[in-house]
Amino acid sequence: MSGGPLAAVLEGREVVVCAGSGGVGKTTTAAAIAAALAAEGRRTIVLTIDPARRLAESLGLPDVGNEAIRVPSERLAAAGLAGDGELWAMTLDAKLTFDELIASNAPDAATRDAVLANPIYRQLSGALAGSQEYMAMEKLYELHAEGGYDALVLDTPPARNALDFLDAPGRLSRFIDSRSLQVFRSSGRAGLGFFGRGAGAVMAVLERATGVDLLRDLAEFFNAFGGMADGFRDRARAVEALLASEVTTFLLVTSPRAAAIADAAYFHGKLDEAGMPFGAMIVNRVREPVAAARGEALAAELEGLLGAPLARKVLRDVDDRDSLAARDAANVERMRAELGGAPLLAVPELPGDVHDVGGLGAVAAELFDRS
Amino acid sequence: MGALLDRRLIFVTGKGGVGKTTVAAALALAAHRAGRRTLVCEVAAQERLAAAFGMAAEGFREVEVEPGLNAFSVNPEDAIREWLRYQLRSRTLAGLLGGSRIFQYLATAAPGLAEMVTIGKVWELAQLERKTPGSTPYDLVIVDAPATGHGIALLGAPRTFGEIARVGPINRQAEIVDAFVRDPASTAVVAVALAEEMPVTETLELERRVAAELDVRLEHVFANALLANRLSGTEAATLDAALAGGPSDGARAALAASLEAHQTARAQRSQLGRLKRGLGAPVTTLPHLLTHDVGRDGLERLAAKLERDL
Repeated sequence: MSGGPLAAVLEGREVVVCAGSGGVGKTTTAAAIAAALAAEGRRTIVLTIDPARRLAESLGLPDVGNEAIRVPSERLAAAGLAGDGELWAMTLDAKLTFDELIASNAPDAATRDAVLANPIYRQLSGALAGSQEYMAMEKLYELHAEGGYDALVLDTPPARNALDFLDAPGRLSRFIDSRSLQVFRSSGRAGLGFFGRGAGAVMAVLERATGVDLLRDLAEFFNAFGGMADGFRDRARAVEALLASEVTTFLLVTSPRAAAIADAAYFHGKLDEAGMPFGAMIVNRVREPVAAARGEALAAELEGLLGAPLARKVLRDVDDRDSLAARDAANVERMRAELGGAPLLAVPELPGDVHDVGGLGAVAAELFDRS
Repeated sequence: MGALLDRRLIFVTGKGGVGKTTVAAALALAAHRAGRRTLVCEVAAQERLAAAFGMAAEGFREVEVEPGLNAFSVNPEDAIREWLRYQLRSRTLAGLLGGSRIFQYLATAAPGLAEMVTIGKVWELAQLERKTPGSTPYDLVIVDAPATGHGIALLGAPRTFGEIARVGPINRQAEIVDAFVRDPASTAVVAVALAEEMPVTETLELERRVAAELDVRLEHVFANALLANRLSGTEAATLDAALAGGPSDGARAALAASLEAHQTARAQRSQLGRLKRGLGAPVTTLPHLLTHDVGRDGLERLAAKLERDL
């Protein structure tokens, strides 16, 4: 890392959360930032939850699993990212992380086994939406609390709603909140007292709407979860506190496409509402216009060099590029206006696909003015 | 591909940012031109579809784009309310339950409930006998689905939910919806891809995953945003030679831009080849429109290409 507004944003931060809609280069950006932090001498880990192994691919690792793997320094050095720090990578397995969390929170082995075997838990911890986001936050918190790294960079899952991951800890802890547990844990109507009169009727309607087995499984699940509920709620609060604290910064990543820019602007507003620390907006793959004065002179020179038909083709390519660049520039300006004075980094489209460590070096150079 | 438009439901998924909304809208336009009464439906409450057709979104309602072509935006909150009304056959009971704190606890947090009611609403839209009072059935419903992982979770929701509720009304409904979305005569799952390294890898992975996790075949892949390659290899060599000859700065930039476009187009062709070789599903290509906001004209161009190719 060297200079530029991004270096200032990251100064003193321990947790960097990269968020944005899908397909905007979030994984690549997270990996490039982590590599740059490592090059600066920090012991850095980049976490992703992406099952498509993009992180492993871009770091040139055979496979990155639920265990941290170190990226060889020679590989980073070859990409112009030499330094004294270390770069580690981890791809989260949401289900495995959830299972570990249960195991470490369960008061005894019988409770642990009962929860792990419960059908509701098995769906909850599997592929269903929400649990991935929750586990990403959970792992982030755990790694930060353990203190084994100077900097953690999180590549958030491509959320349907970019807010999902912010809300995830709270939502899951509400689900297993001790108050809702009471309803299911106590047999008879006395236990429904908290919800007031009429709760018995609600339960009867609920049974009719869902089927009894579902309710029984839920009751079993909540029973088994009983002793852990407070622990989970405290944990969710701690995660939220970490995200909102001054050691954390959120980087929003977007492409210059109109739809992505609109999503990013919306998310920026929501971060603000939630009181989360926004660091910078990163606009990836911005195309630049062709640096040539248009007109007769250019057309004549090209025609002299290439002949008229080929010169026309070249000029059409130039026009295409310019129209793309003009639209990118307009969208970037829209975003800049949206942000007021907050930092915006436009990363130009790099020749070729960025999908290896060399590409990460090039992205890092753009992000941190390392040229 | 005529067969594709003969399904009742087309589920359009793929990596984020590849143009799923655009392709779903263009497919809907093509189906409509081919005489199908068509609904195109988004499920992430982004309300991008109406905008794609240059219209204002109107929430949980079928909006007419033109006669025979409608758009709809499903959001889980409204879908849950509607589901409760059908389930209990009573507005009063639905109001009681929907307003109760226990239900709100469950509904906001219950794993997969949002997905289940969303896919349930999509299923309802695709039925010849609609439950929505006063509604007209559609020949075809096209879903602008969430990106890969969430898309698979959405399609798999009826099955997973059926497993949670092993008996009872939810289980029965889940089984009906599950059978419909996994029946190749009714439903086609298609993907949108870009001809770039990572999107191609993800699309190949997607085909493998829908087969393994849902026992569903990926029916078709649309390779989107292909750039024109104006230069032959010989012409590119001529440009290279001209560059080496020391032209003015302006001509140098123009030549370099043209060569870059040539390289990008060639890289796309090679990724397209990799996609076609790796996939079992057939691939249809769509051109890059060179705009960010596709607009109605752009949609018409894509739809015309789809009509020719399908």
